[in-house]
Amino acid sequence: MKSKIPQLLAFLSGLVILVAAFIPHTPFGMFEETLTNWFMIISSFAILLGQSSLIQSNVAKITQKAPNWKYHIATLVSFGVMLIFGLLWGMENTPGILGQGEKLAESLGSKPFDYLFEYAFMPLSSTMFSLLAFYIASAAYRAFIMRTFESNLLLITAVIVMLGRTSFATILTSWIPDSLHFLRLPELTDFIMQYPNTAAQRAILISAALGVVGASLRIILGIERSYLGGEK
Amino acid sequence: MAELMKTIGIWLSAYFTLSIFSFLYKDNPFYKLAEQIFVGLSAAYWLVYTIYNILIPNLFNKLFTDFAHNWILLIPMALGIMMLMRMFPKLEWLSHYPMAIMVGTTAAIAMLLAFQSDFLSQIAATMVNPFKYSSPVDIVGTILLIIGTICGIYFFYFSKKQEGFYKIPSKVGIWFLMVSFGASFGYTVMARISLLIGRLDFLLRDWLHLIR
Repeated sequence: MKSKIPQLLAFLSGLVILVAAFIPHTPFGMFEETLTNWFMIISSFAILLGQSSLIQSNVAKITQKAPNWKYHIATLVSFGVMLIFGLLWGMENTPGILGQGEKLAESLGSKPFDYLFEYAFMPLSSTMFSLLAFYIASAAYRAFIMRTFESNLLLITAVIVMLGRTSFATILTSWIPDSLHFLRLPELTDFIMQYPNTAAQRAILISAALGVVGASLRIILGIERSYLGGEK
Repeated sequence: MAELMKTIGIWLSAYFTLSIFSFLYKDNPFYKLAEQIFVGLSAAYWLVYTIYNILIPNLFNKLFTDFAHNWILLIPMALGIMMLMRMFPKLEWLSHYPMAIMVGTTAAIAMLLAFQSDFLSQIAATMVNPFKYSSPVDIVGTILLIIGTICGIYFFYFSKKQEGFYKIPSKVGIWFLMVSFGASFGYTVMARISLLIGRLDFLLRDWLHLIR
């Protein structure tokens, strides 16, 4: 019974959305809107669940004195500080429990939450992702060794696109006469992005869409039940 | 005071930037600390964002200002609270109900979206007459687009063994996929490099004032 009711709920909620797509009239249209709204609210609680799980796992690592446990204190402190700032004085134009915190915002230059966002979260986030530029370069060195025709294609296209997105490409190929302008690197890059790249992306999208339809039907019809805890 | 706080903020940003970059040498305490702070800050950021942008306007505001017309919202709220029961092993089964609604709704929305925008629209967009264009580049490009799409889809068709004559379109499909992967790779690298330039620009301009 504990697994039958959730299966029925999944079936009914999926069915309402599907029926509403074909019959966008009362009551189905209203059902769809209500269910979509509910979905958003429940998803927010799921985020809350995720954050609680993060706290639980960090607290467990600290209490069990796991390797590098001291760093997990920083996670909890930064989480707590950002959360308290956000709840007390709000973010951007949204007020918090203590209002907009005008005096604090005046002395900090922005709200405490926004101050942390600008000077801690943003630099950490963009530096973390920019770090990938170095690792992509080293991965490319290994992946782009010209062994087959296919790897050559990948290498040549990547080089054209990388060069084509810089001003250097314009200087490099500006000598090409106007009659052959499509061979200039920026235009060649646009051509690759617009035609061969779109063709392959379309093939992937169409094929994946068929897979998504199949997987969704399996879930709605109750054939796929792993979301209920690994049952087959 | 605001100027001083701005200077402190810039130094804090520079410290975090250099701490993350220090990982290029090897894993070290500065990187580990910055990494954990990043995890904490981003978790709190998304929590606060969710509270102010989803929960308050769509749930709490409606319930507190006009309960008579919005009492039905108590159902998703109860389901949301049931979702939190996942934290308690004995009550974990209660979370299956909201999870089922979420999974069922997501599956149906994903199915409709995939069928409409990824399947039908993409097929319709591929069914074009290449010779309606006047530019030879567009004609060749559109022919390549049609051939690439058909061959690419054929590559993903696994119901029949691709050998002999049937291997040719599959091979052409791989070529198009390789070109696409190369293009995506190049594009990603450029995006990461622009982020890197942004960080270096911050260090040299805002922090060290070496460039103006």
